[in-house]
Amino acid sequence: MTLALFLQHLANALSLGSLYALIAIGYTMVYGILRLINFAHGDVFMLGAYLAFYAVATFLLPWWAAFLLAILVTALFGVVLERVAYRPLRDSPRISVMISAIGASFLIENVGIVVFGGRPKGVQVPDVMNVRLGLGGVSVMSVSVVIPVLTFAVLAILLWVVHRTKTGMAMRAVSTDLDAARLQAIDVNRIISFTFGAGSLLAAVGGIMWSYKYPQLNPLMGTMPGLKCFIAAVIGGIGSIWGAVLGGFLLGGIELLTLAFLPTLTGYRDAFAFVLLIVVLLVKPSGLLGGRHVEKV
Amino acid sequence: MKPKRTHLYSLAAAVAFAVLLGVADATLDAFSLRVLDLCAIYIVLALSLNLVNGFTGLFSLGHAGFMAVGAYTCALLTMTPEQKEMNFFLEPIAPWLAHVTIPFIPALVVAGLVAAALGFVIAAPALRLRDDYLAIATLGFAEIIRVVLTNAQSITNGALGLKGLPKFAGTWEVWGCAALSVAFMVLLTRSAYGRALKAVRDDEIAAGAMGVNVFRTKVVSFTVSSFMAGVGGALLGHLLTTIDPKMFTFMLTFNILLVVVLGGMASITGSVIASIGVTILMEALRFLDGPLDLGVFQLEARPGLRMVVFSALLMAVVLFRQRGLMGSREFSWEMLSRARLPWRKGGPAGTDGGTHGVA
Repeated sequence: MTLALFLQHLANALSLGSLYALIAIGYTMVYGILRLINFAHGDVFMLGAYLAFYAVATFLLPWWAAFLLAILVTALFGVVLERVAYRPLRDSPRISVMISAIGASFLIENVGIVVFGGRPKGVQVPDVMNVRLGLGGVSVMSVSVVIPVLTFAVLAILLWVVHRTKTGMAMRAVSTDLDAARLQAIDVNRIISFTFGAGSLLAAVGGIMWSYKYPQLNPLMGTMPGLKCFIAAVIGGIGSIWGAVLGGFLLGGIELLTLAFLPTLTGYRDAFAFVLLIVVLLVKPSGLLGGRHVEKV
Repeated sequence: MKPKRTHLYSLAAAVAFAVLLGVADATLDAFSLRVLDLCAIYIVLALSLNLVNGFTGLFSLGHAGFMAVGAYTCALLTMTPEQKEMNFFLEPIAPWLAHVTIPFIPALVVAGLVAAALGFVIAAPALRLRDDYLAIATLGFAEIIRVVLTNAQSITNGALGLKGLPKFAGTWEVWGCAALSVAFMVLLTRSAYGRALKAVRDDEIAAGAMGVNVFRTKVVSFTVSSFMAGVGGALLGHLLTTIDPKMFTFMLTFNILLVVVLGGMASITGSVIASIGVTILMEALRFLDGPLDLGVFQLEARPGLRMVVFSALLMAVVLFRQRGLMGSREFSWEMLSRARLPWRKGGPAGTDGGTHGVA
């Protein structure tokens, strides 16, 4: 393998990894606060991509307006989803909440199939995202450069919100102890809604970027990325924002670089993430950057 | 009521059901018969998932994987060398598999055993995890199994799947398996072992303190459940006569989970009723996927509407009636007499004056 080829693979891995990171952050935020795997996160991701698609294809909006509209509507959708599917079950056993999440995921997918149609749709990639950039022997589409930049911009904003604002402080408090936070007169429901909104917004950003990178939509497109990004969040240490970023890059890197060095394993690509997950869960269940949890009786 | 009398009732009910089944087998058309057989397979699968999820409290989402292993094992063991040669045109079958052909029932047992062995191997690492981690890890294992099946071209014929499986899974075979599963589960839940399972589910630490070997109990439950899932998968394969890796996605696990939740976690009766109900409903609602004629206006065909109904149903049950149909209750003859059915005047004999009417 030449250096240029290696750098090319590395560039691809970086762009895929930052996309994974973007979606994993949404998982980690929700899990950090509610200790809930939001199985529907991948479907929210799909929804964001479709909304942007229809905003451009049907309502003929410019792509940036479609982008903004889609992420806002998806964020709103996330808030509604939490209110309808998760809030009534907040005091129920965790299995019930998980079943509700799985039900929500299937419901969104199937409504997607009915409303959007099962046939894949081709996406009109904006010209800005579709420029081929070359540097030495490495050549990438501009969208692959935009994605990491966007991820780190979003990350910076998110870290600022979590660590520098009052809402962020409340989020951290709820994540540490929900009941104690309520006793401090924190409006827990508002914080949880906010978290879901923010997480869904990130999922939408990820979904739209995904559709620019792989310009094809189908109602089940969120399932695999959803699972993989949850795994990325677990690998990094669920509940930790930096952990999700690290996990995303690690997963993207391992996936693409393994394929680059061992092309015979191409068919097994979707299994990498799960193998990695199982190894991490066995060796360090709290993830790479996760704190230690003490089991209380 | 004396226990002897209830045994007699049960026996009579079993005989009546067998007769009914015989009549159905002889008179029903092929399609209805297939739906009937599918009900039995769903009973096996739902009970197997219920054993782990409902009775032991381990949220496992890997059932499709064990079913796939069972289905492939049984198919490869029962197909004749000629059939195998016809299927494996892309890449010849592994020589050690090419000439194996054994009868259906032993193959079914082997399918279950292979799935159980795999379940045992997976259980050791996976069962150290809890709740959602366990769910995602088992889901991961199922995906890995599916990916391996898709890629092991010379053993499983890869993505092409296996076609023309001998149609061994007739009404008697599948309902026999269903009856065995029900009997096994009833005996299990009434035994000390069943109590240990429930103790682990309700409070692991307390169960451990009472001398239950928590880890071993979990592993055994998981392994037995994998066995049943393997058998169920094998039956499914031989009923449909075609299997391919795409069949065994998370979607299949979802269907079984739907049955278990609908029937009530930790209720055998609930699982049986829900299996039959959901299977029939799945077929009855097929019209939803076709073009709809709503009188005033017509809808063009929107495949997927049927699954919208089922996912909404699952959510509705979880949100509004978490216990499902039966909760953790079971059917018993005493229950009928307590329920003061309309044709029974006065209180049930033997109880204290019939004060235990409908609560």
